[in-house]
Amino acid sequence: MEKEFRFIGKETPRKDAGEIVRGKAKFIDDLKLTGMLYGKILRSPHPHALIKEIDASRAKKIDGVKAVLTYKEIPGWRAGLPSHIGVLDRKVRFVGDAVALVAAETEEIAEEALELIDVHYEPLQAVYDVEEAMKPGALQLYTQFPGNVFPLACPWMGPNSLQEVVMGDVEKGFAESDIIVEGTCTYENIPNPLPLESPGVIASWEGPEELTVWSSSQCPYLLKVTLHYAMGRINVRSIAAHCGGSFGTKVMPWHLVFYAAALAKAARKPVKLCYTKAEHFAAFTLRLGSRFSGRVGIKKDGSVMAVSGDWFINAGFCSDAAQGMVAVGCGEVQLMVRCANWNIKPKLVCTNRNASKMVRGYGGQELEAAFIPVLTMALEKAGLDPFEFFKKNYVKPGDGYYWRDGNWWVCRGINYEKVMEKGAEVFGWKDKWKGWLKPTSVSGTKRTGVGVGMHGNADVGEDVSEAYVRLDPDATAVIYSCVSEHGTGQRSSLCKMVAEVLKLPVERISMAPPDSLVNPYEFGPVGSRGTYAIGSAVIRAAEDARQKLLEKSAPLLDTRPEELDTEDGMIFIKGRNDKKIPWKAGIGFDRTCFGYGRFEPDFTVPNFMMIFVEVEVDTETGKIDLRRVVAATDVGQVIDSQSLTNQLHGCLGSAGLDSAIFEESVLDKKLGRILNPNMLDYKWRTFLELPAFDTVILETPFQTHLFKSIGVGEIVTSPAPPAVLMAVSNAIGKRLAEYPLTPDKILRALGKVKENKARSTQ
Amino acid sequence: MSPYFITLIVNNQRYVLEIGNRPGGVKPSHTLAHTLRENLGLTGTKVGCNKGECGACTVLLEGKPVLSCLVLTVECDGKSITTIEGLEDSQTGKLDPIQQSFLESGAFQCGFCTPGMIMSVKALLSSSSSPTDEEIREALSGHYCRCISHYHVLEAVTRALHKSR
Ligand code: FES
Ligand code: FES
Repeated sequence: MEKEFRFIGKETPRKDAGEIVRGKAKFIDDLKLTGMLYGKILRSPHPHALIKEIDASRAKKIDGVKAVLTYKEIPGWRAGLPSHIGVLDRKVRFVGDAVALVAAETEEIAEEALELIDVHYEPLQAVYDVEEAMKPGALQLYTQFPGNVFPLACPWMGPNSLQEVVMGDVEKGFAESDIIVEGTCTYENIPNPLPLESPGVIASWEGPEELTVWSSSQCPYLLKVTLHYAMGRINVRSIAAHCGGSFGTKVMPWHLVFYAAALAKAARKPVKLCYTKAEHFAAFTLRLGSRFSGRVGIKKDGSVMAVSGDWFINAGFCSDAAQGMVAVGCGEVQLMVRCANWNIKPKLVCTNRNASKMVRGYGGQELEAAFIPVLTMALEKAGLDPFEFFKKNYVKPGDGYYWRDGNWWVCRGINYEKVMEKGAEVFGWKDKWKGWLKPTSVSGTKRTGVGVGMHGNADVGEDVSEAYVRLDPDATAVIYSCVSEHGTGQRSSLCKMVAEVLKLPVERISMAPPDSLVNPYEFGPVGSRGTYAIGSAVIRAAEDARQKLLEKSAPLLDTRPEELDTEDGMIFIKGRNDKKIPWKAGIGFDRTCFGYGRFEPDFTVPNFMMIFVEVEVDTETGKIDLRRVVAATDVGQVIDSQSLTNQLHGCLGSAGLDSAIFEESVLDKKLGRILNPNMLDYKWRTFLELPAFDTVILETPFQTHLFKSIGVGEIVTSPAPPAVLMAVSNAIGKRLAEYPLTPDKILRALGKVKENKARSTQ
Repeated sequence: MSPYFITLIVNNQRYVLEIGNRPGGVKPSHTLAHTLRENLGLTGTKVGCNKGECGACTVLLEGKPVLSCLVLTVECDGKSITTIEGLEDSQTGKLDPIQQSFLESGAFQCGFCTPGMIMSVKALLSSSSSPTDEEIREALSGHYCRCISHYHVLEAVTRALHKSR
């Protein structure tokens, strides 16, 4: 069927493309306020310590220093889940924890002042391993979390948020299994999503209870709400700059706001606080540490009969969203594996390292990276092709699952088998798959292997969005939706949707700035919800405005609104060309016409991504060469093809695929320091090492909104790590179960180097 | 001590800057990236790492690509510098063909790496009219792009090459 869209799916440059290529797009560090000061942070050299004495008097005397704050003189704001972190504390819990804050006229003066703050610490014993942290006798990071275990409730997801995967009767399931396997896999390399732009904020007090915050958040309205509760119910105006990459990490930079706002309050001036790259590495956001240890039982035909085990999650020194990630991970694992009997018990643990917070993949990537290698041991024993297994087991329309709110939802999405087949065909899976632990080809010391991974998420319809659309008499329209541009092209795609509803050129649609003062409630573009959730609110607002326009115009054209249509700023009777009036006549020259749209959560439409990879492993050096990637998905209807393919390529970035090969925050477990906090020692893929990359994108209509589409950006990274692990295991003929697959691990698996138990960094 | 001045020619415009500790002045320790952004307001040059590791701050110094976070401003006395703001036609606002190609190919996601990449491509295509695929990748290999816009960037470079033929 020929689709008749003017803008949807058509290649149109992004609305902000001109600004970006001209260097005119304004990111947070490009903004300056009059009289603005610069904030800097003194950070702890200890992983766990008490501050015995702190003396900032020398720092305060420096010319140009306007405020110095220690734990003794800070406001009582608190954040975390449950609330457990203040602005500064007498206790420091990781190397890099904030100890004192300085605001000064220049960054250099602030840095100079930091060196004049005298601190005397009493070091405490530190703990880094999840299971060690839970042992009796381990030092407690917080008195309120005995055993260093966080409660798993996530109130903003509802009173019964999902805290485990428990259903059916696992003992019965194992009894009915043909094959039972047991194992452990660790995805504990805590890779750093590391957007190029380091995080930053500017805080300015307009009154004692009124704070304006500029930030690089991808969710400015959500940040406003978070700060309102964390900072004693103050009135926050939250404005987002262009966001230089986030991948979830900049959703809620409340801690940066705490520091900047405390300084701004003390100095009575606006304060900018932008992290350096070193701080970004040491004190911003890592991926969760994940360890799965458990049993899986299957039938010979690939039916999964029972899954049970422990999921140990290392959150680092605090948690502000990890419970939500646990809930979503527990939901996502059910989408990927159809099974009636489950018993997965998560344990969310705090340790003395930098925090793991929100990151693209959001719990599911972490759980599946560790769980799938255990599950696939059973496939190996049964001699089952993982592609066929995934195809059989991915959630189908009519199947149910417990989602993050703890409720049972039934899938009303599509059957993804078609795109799986297409992806396999483009990749050449059937020729390349030679069986478990068998290479695809061998040439001297080089062996190639293939792997496949799959992931889906029902959060594409999560949370609430609201939008307004305003029609102006000059035949232009304005969208009010509190979405900042963070790389997905979302703002531009929303303009295309409204253009399509109003049949008005995209150039005539603009968007209010991402400012919580002017826009209605918006959760933000996370979890691939931009297309369905935000899109629905915006489409409804546009339809509402259009309806009002036609109602106002009907009497002028002596007809009923149902008989009318509008295109290119003219209103006319459908099918007739003789009577037309411009918007100006319909709306009135001194009026505007307003529409409102709202989206309510809907967890019934999971999205889907399958990643095929081919690697070449040099068995002499242990080096892995990523040769080819195929990403296959069905999006219902492409909104913007360039944005979509860009997002799919993103599977290589943001602590995604390469977290299986070389990305790792190397934690020294004696000193508690991250040993590679710079962009030379933290490895990243360059233009010279790009694999061949194909995308397979189908368009099977979804029951979502007018354009029958669904978002997939967030899930792209998730299927990749276990696919790589599978491919490398196959290439070298040895099963691997610890990420990342650095040469030492490969050579150890091949018996070419000795086991080194004393390796201090692991 | 009498004040000491340096001259920079940035995007064909002369700037005379005072060296020293006075507000608005350039300190001997200031990098070119800092001066461009903070003194001249040319914030199109991005700072990712400030340590020479990411390529975001690339500008052209006497036509050659340099990491402006590693160059001291005082070293640039009398030199000519081109930043992303200097690529478009200053009279008409028409984009440089490379900027136009990046725009048409959608060669960015967050866009933070884009100005630096465009400057490296500008340098490459100014010195070679038909670089090989390998040379293009080599020229861009110092640029970190976490969104992974690489594939669209390569397409944009090819597009720019076709335009120049
Ligand atoms: S900012 Fe200069 S190389 Fe990274
Ligand atoms: S587009 Fe975001 S870093 Fe390149």
